[in-house]
Amino acid sequence: MAQKPMLPELLKAHGVSRRGFLKYCASLTSLMALPPMLAPKVAHALENAPRPSVIWLSFQECTGCTEAITRSSAPTIEDLIFNAISLDYHHTLQAASGHAAEAAREAAMKDHWGEYLLIVDGSIPVDNPEYSCIAGISNLDMLKETAEGAAAIVAVGTCAAFGGIPHAFPNPTGAQAVGDIITDKPIINVPGCPPIPIVMTSVLAHFLTFGLPELDDLGRPKAFFGETIHDRCYRRPFYDKGLFAEAFDDEGAREGWCLYKLGCKGPTTRSVCATVKWNDGTSFPIQSGHPCLGCTEPDFWDNGGFYKPLSAPAGNYRQLGLAAAAGGVALGVAGGALSKATKSRAAKAHETVDAHDLEKKS
Amino acid sequence: MPAGQDGIGAASALEELRSRISTGNARPVLAEILAALATLLDTGQETVIDLGAFPFAPGDERLLDEVLGTGEVQATLDVLGKSHVQETGIPGIWRIDHFDQRGESLSRFVEITFIPEILKTQRADAEAGLARLTDRLAEFDGRAH
Amino acid sequence: MTNNQYFDLLMWARTTGFDIALTIMVGGILLRVIEIVVLGRKKDFAKAKGSPVTQGIKTIFSRSVPRKGTMKEAPVTYIGGYIFHIGFFVAFLFLGAHIALIKDLIGLSWPDFNKAVIETAVALAIVAAAALAYTRFTDPVRRRLTGWSDWFVLIVSVLPLITGYIAVNKVFGVDGTLWMAIHILSAELLMVSFPFTKLMHAVTFAMARYYNGSIQGRKGAES
Repeated sequence: MAQKPMLPELLKAHGVSRRGFLKYCASLTSLMALPPMLAPKVAHALENAPRPSVIWLSFQECTGCTEAITRSSAPTIEDLIFNAISLDYHHTLQAASGHAAEAAREAAMKDHWGEYLLIVDGSIPVDNPEYSCIAGISNLDMLKETAEGAAAIVAVGTCAAFGGIPHAFPNPTGAQAVGDIITDKPIINVPGCPPIPIVMTSVLAHFLTFGLPELDDLGRPKAFFGETIHDRCYRRPFYDKGLFAEAFDDEGAREGWCLYKLGCKGPTTRSVCATVKWNDGTSFPIQSGHPCLGCTEPDFWDNGGFYKPLSAPAGNYRQLGLAAAAGGVALGVAGGALSKATKSRAAKAHETVDAHDLEKKS
Repeated sequence: MPAGQDGIGAASALEELRSRISTGNARPVLAEILAALATLLDTGQETVIDLGAFPFAPGDERLLDEVLGTGEVQATLDVLGKSHVQETGIPGIWRIDHFDQRGESLSRFVEITFIPEILKTQRADAEAGLARLTDRLAEFDGRAH
Repeated sequence: MTNNQYFDLLMWARTTGFDIALTIMVGGILLRVIEIVVLGRKKDFAKAKGSPVTQGIKTIFSRSVPRKGTMKEAPVTYIGGYIFHIGFFVAFLFLGAHIALIKDLIGLSWPDFNKAVIETAVALAIVAAAALAYTRFTDPVRRRLTGWSDWFVLIVSVLPLITGYIAVNKVFGVDGTLWMAIHILSAELLMVSFPFTKLMHAVTFAMARYYNGSIQGRKGAES
């Protein structure tokens, strides 16, 4: 069963004062877009939440999500939240391997059936399940089996949430998102490649304190995926002024102008990158001079090219345009010749024309 | 396209642009603050307004600061990074800004209260303090003998 | 399949939709222009006095200035017409996103206008279009002269302005991605209808004016 709360002891061990905890709760409440008067409730809930059992499954992924969440600089309280859970299975982080590791997963499932939180990173090969197996168990089977006893699932990273890079055309493994396979459990999608660490931990904190957060149509917590990057971008004034970088090394780029023309997907990408930023608030892609790739959106890999402006066409218009030009010319010549022939025939036959004939459409 | 044609460097141009951005939200926030202060005096009910919860641009912040002004109390807390707590020129209205260890803003609040909770010594901290002081005295007495 | 339907619509507008629209527009314009040119004119055996060519070219520009008296007769048509055209082209040619599109198409680009200038132009153009529609509707003569295709053309040419404004400003809290898609689709509707409606005047006005001007510039009988 769930063990007794760990957070107060952990805080004490890290030398964090109660005041520091209050500050953290206030900021966390703000970040979770909850009313500020709920901060004491967040504090109370965090202190008393039982330490949940968490099983973390990694499928077709690059471990970037795990790297991101474990590299958030210590000793922040995000880190402590992560420590406040009982991570019973994570094959990258745990010391055990092989059968011993699988035994740990099975034991955690058995002990906390119906109560544990399942975190998944990576997509699942459905067409060719044998492309990704752990201990001889296909990802598909392991997900179905583990999801059955989970209280909820957090799909961390764009691969787990939307299929991500493995799902990109031509998708050789038939990769699918967690939500495409599991339909009978609450699923929180936390996309990003990788997601911002504090977003991952805040979602965990929300789940521990108030349960499921409010989600958008794509299953993403509204608090973190409610606004586009463009809306909160510090380069937005340059967009409004019509000042754009046209190349990565031009004066506009050096002056820090808007990256729209270099293919920035900020206007269609929902995430808090521009406000929360990365590496403990150091920077985010646009701040370091690179357009947003749109990594929190489904199929971001196939959405018309990273460096093509959002307003530019992304299809085969060049070939089609040439064909259209040739076709138009040919049809025009033919139509003109036909009219000319009609005209000269009419002239020869001395046909009369009055105003009504001229109005007629041929 | 000629860049920097107006002779302003990128950083200052950006600052200039930023400080002019207003969302028009400052006025309604001030109205909310006014009502909250009246409520505080009537019923003792405290209010916290999260300035990160709605669009609030530097221009709005400037207007807010202009109207509220600076008051008698200013405190800097060193707790998981800095926190600035200051009473505005209107007693009972406090500005609280939390920063992380790198000085990046974590959250910004306006609190309408007689004393912000975070300024008070927390019971748990006082308990820890009692234990620590007891230890220190024991150590002191041990050395003295 | 987990998907962002709005983005899929945007991608359709940027790929298949745009390809179809551009094909129809380019093919259609060429078809119609060449059809007119191929028709040709009878060879003129009488030597012309005067200067039909110069006059023809002059007329292309001189007809942009209102004839004496029309300003009094139909002020809304003239002023509204001007404002609509200028507003439309300011927005079309000087918004950064459009310049990016043009650069992708033909490789040319030029400086962008401030958003405030563009939005003012758009607002004025929309008001002008509304005024034009109003006079068309209230004036009995014009109303009789107006067919369904005229209303269609009016609506189709204003839609991109309205949808673009909504998309950029997210008025009424609409989804930016969805409205960007709607905006591009509305522009594609304009492109598709272009060769087959009187929108074609954007190309043929020069030919027609030259033709009229050259007739007037010519002194003497035509054989």
